[in-house]
Amino acid sequence: MKILVPVKRVPDYQVKVKLAADGASIDTSQTKWIVNPFDEIAVEEAIKLKEAGAASEVVVVGIGPEDVATQLRYTMAMGADSAVLVKTSEYVDSSLAAEILAAVFRRGSYGLIIMGKQAIDSDAGQTPQILAALLQLPQACFASKVVIAEGQATVTREVDGGLETLRIPLPGVISTDLRLNTPRYAPLPGIMKAKKKPLEELSIEQLGVKPTARVRIKRMTYPQQRQGGKKVASVEELVTVLQSEAKVL
Amino acid sequence: MGDILVFLQLHEGSLLKASLSAVSAAQELKQRWNCGRLVGLLLGPRSKEAAANAARYGFDELRWCESSELAHYLAAPYASTVSAVLKGGEFDVFVAAATSIGKDLTPRIAALWDAGQASDIIAVNPDGSLKRPMYAGDILADVEITSAKKAVTVRPTAFAPAVEGKSGSVTEAPYTAAAFAAGSFIEYKGSGGDRPELGDAAIVVSGGRALQSAENFEKYIFPLADVLGAAVGASRAAVDSGYAPNDWQVGQTGKVVAPQLYIAAGISGAIQHLAGMKDSKVIVAINKDAEAPIFEIADYGLVADLFEALPKLTAEIKRIKGQ
Ligand SMILES: Cc1cc2nc3c(=O)[nH]c(=O)nc-3n(C[C@H](O)[C@H](O)[C@H](O)COP(=O)(O)OP(=O)(O)OC[C@H]3O[C@@H](n4cnc5c(N)ncnc54)[C@H](O)[C@@H]3O)c2cc1C
Repeated sequence: MKILVPVKRVPDYQVKVKLAADGASIDTSQTKWIVNPFDEIAVEEAIKLKEAGAASEVVVVGIGPEDVATQLRYTMAMGADSAVLVKTSEYVDSSLAAEILAAVFRRGSYGLIIMGKQAIDSDAGQTPQILAALLQLPQACFASKVVIAEGQATVTREVDGGLETLRIPLPGVISTDLRLNTPRYAPLPGIMKAKKKPLEELSIEQLGVKPTARVRIKRMTYPQQRQGGKKVASVEELVTVLQSEAKVL
Repeated sequence: MGDILVFLQLHEGSLLKASLSAVSAAQELKQRWNCGRLVGLLLGPRSKEAAANAARYGFDELRWCESSELAHYLAAPYASTVSAVLKGGEFDVFVAAATSIGKDLTPRIAALWDAGQASDIIAVNPDGSLKRPMYAGDILADVEITSAKKAVTVRPTAFAPAVEGKSGSVTEAPYTAAAFAAGSFIEYKGSGGDRPELGDAAIVVSGGRALQSAENFEKYIFPLADVLGAAVGASRAAVDSGYAPNDWQVGQTGKVVAPQLYIAAGISGAIQHLAGMKDSKVIVAINKDAEAPIFEIADYGLVADLFEALPKLTAEIKRIKGQ
């Protein structure tokens, strides 16, 4: 079984993002890019399935400018076998991303798609579900455990109130939550090997997808900062202020 | 614009408060976008009775479907049933609360209906654009859905629950199966407890990595929560370490809460955690590191070892409550 793992690059979450001059995008001139952490979990899960003999090949796919290749190479250093880069400089919203990924899926004979439940830049959490709908495949989102056997995936999902388990026939789409695994660091020999692994470049047009976004960002602002900072000296003082000043007790 | 369909979520037959927040957002959208009728949809067991009860929240019409195929939530049949309703009417807008079902379901419906989606909106702007957080809340974006059909998920804490208004009619909606094998529900394991629901609670007591164990959550966090009638939350670090169940995680990629009082004990205040609680009315931080970033946003900070401070705080609150 071949597994397709979509990988998005996002700004490093340890650095605060800055608005660009146009007031509708972020300034990426100094941005350090990383693999979206949820996608890294997806790559790890796919590699583990391959190591366990449940999968034969792991293909990663990225969308964006040329240098997204850096993040794809990183996931190949982790252990993915090959990569597809769909090159575009356009703004890609969730539905366009899903259309592109659907076209990539149709070019290969994949048995499973594993991807992050959300990208930590847009925080939209839409692409896996849209992709599943476009491909008429079942979905199991927010996975914290995946077991593949006999052409089916048994998936435990992190949901409101607890954990839910589903069984879906494959092919299907699984989206990852934080507790699924802890991604490995790319080992040094892996980094050398990754340079020689195949990376195919495609354009959106080659895939036959019309690049239309359905959502437009009109404006971006910084949220109002919360003013905190007052310290109390003791538990007794804390209780007093909560009672008489904040009036929440 | 055409009509609005609001997905109303049931838990054991009763309407979620989060869905009433989605109704409020839908009412704002109706006004801002000049929409037609407001229609609610309820699926699954006891949805007929629940529809009759929910009709009073200002709806023009309520629809329900009690097909046994919808007994447990599953994305594909739910999405095909909802999108068939959308395609069969004058609808231009679909709205759901950003619960785990709303988040799982809405994009799938949007795709089947050829709609663009704005996720987790926190406001409807005067110019009709929608405000939503991005980058763990570091940025607020005003987005416009440019497609004719529009799907929206609503952050429940950002909209007050709808109040009763006029009552609408109640009709049955047909079940529409997915066109392929959608899989099956196996089991649900609740994390249990009879404390208030984290998303609705007036007070939340959260613990972080500093708690060191599930036993310490029980020993230090639970008694304080119980004397306050509070829900319990946790940081990602506490959940990852197995001190607290997954659905207690507060933050960018967990639950968003906005209680009257949020007490963070042994939580450093990473941006991803703040994303889920910084709209709380009053924030209290207890941390032994005076430089912890949580203090920058806390209304009241106590620099202390939580293993000493929490039992004292619990006792002190018991005392003033006369317990
Ligand atoms: C993709 C992604 C998504 C994430 N999503 C979330 C999310 O949704 N929610 C979330 O919370 N995090 C999230 N995180 C993780 C986040 O970045 C932080 O790592 C996490 O919030 C830290 O948890 P913590 O504050 O409990 O632990 P730490 O940062 O380790 O802080 C522990 C604190 O306890 C204090 N302390 C230690 N001992 C004591 C004591 N005896 N008494 C008092 N204080 C003490 C320390 O001074 C310290 O400030 C995410 C991270 C990533 C990469």
